[in-house]
Amino acid sequence: MPGLDALPFPLPTVQQVIFILIAGMTVTGALITALAPNLFHNALGLVLAFFGVAGVYVLLEAEFLAVSQVLIYVGAIATLITFAIMLTRGMMFGRTSSTNRLMLSTAIISALFFLVLTGLLVNVAWPEIGAELAGSEQMIADLGEMFVTTYLVPFELMALLLLAALAGAILLARD
Amino acid sequence: MVPLNWYLVLAAFIFSCGLYAALARRNAIAALMGIELMLNAVNINLVAFWRYGEFVERLEGQVFALFVIAVAAAEVAVGLALIISVYRSRRTVNLDELDLLQG
Repeated sequence: MPGLDALPFPLPTVQQVIFILIAGMTVTGALITALAPNLFHNALGLVLAFFGVAGVYVLLEAEFLAVSQVLIYVGAIATLITFAIMLTRGMMFGRTSSTNRLMLSTAIISALFFLVLTGLLVNVAWPEIGAELAGSEQMIADLGEMFVTTYLVPFELMALLLLAALAGAILLARD
Repeated sequence: MVPLNWYLVLAAFIFSCGLYAALARRNAIAALMGIELMLNAVNINLVAFWRYGEFVERLEGQVFALFVIAVAAAEVAVGLALIISVYRSRRTVNLDELDLLQG
């Protein structure tokens, strides 16, 4: 096929096409979360972005993390945020603007941050190919073993933190 | 495989969106959503550097990302409880109207 060989850039592989689709979904979700004036649309965009990030984890071959992402972020955090929006309903459709007076400077700072970071990132020769993995079942077993051996103290501290956060949340939210 | 660059640029974009939402939005819940976006962007970076790094079999990136997810869950629970508590007493969740500590 002479037409395809004449392209100035190499054709994307299947993985790259999938990445572009997932990244498009994630970027759309993030933009809706940041820019849409309606708070409920923000929450739906956040769910879209969370699903996109789970897809990115699958592409990076971190399946356990992808499942955790869907369970914790989409299942728990997004639901919690939706509940909070409904409980503070009066503020959803206010006539005031959805942004504060820092809006313009923050928009400039965010755009500059992204541009500078991208300019730095694309000029570094990052590795293009990762090493071979041992297989996902072995990896999940190793992950579980690490949590009860190498990372035992942080793991227990995490349990304590979650307990304290839950108790604190109940204490704060009740009348 | 997908070059590492692409993941990093995607994470930078999500982080910038989260930064804008956290700083410029008036509603406290929208600012909290921005913080969640930033945490997700950091997680993408951690996992991507783990995958393309030299010590794939040591799984540090995934362990860090799981810890970040757990801390984010705790943070969002306390944050939303605070917002609901403030809403009960002040009838507003607009961040620029909450000036109790301003003398």
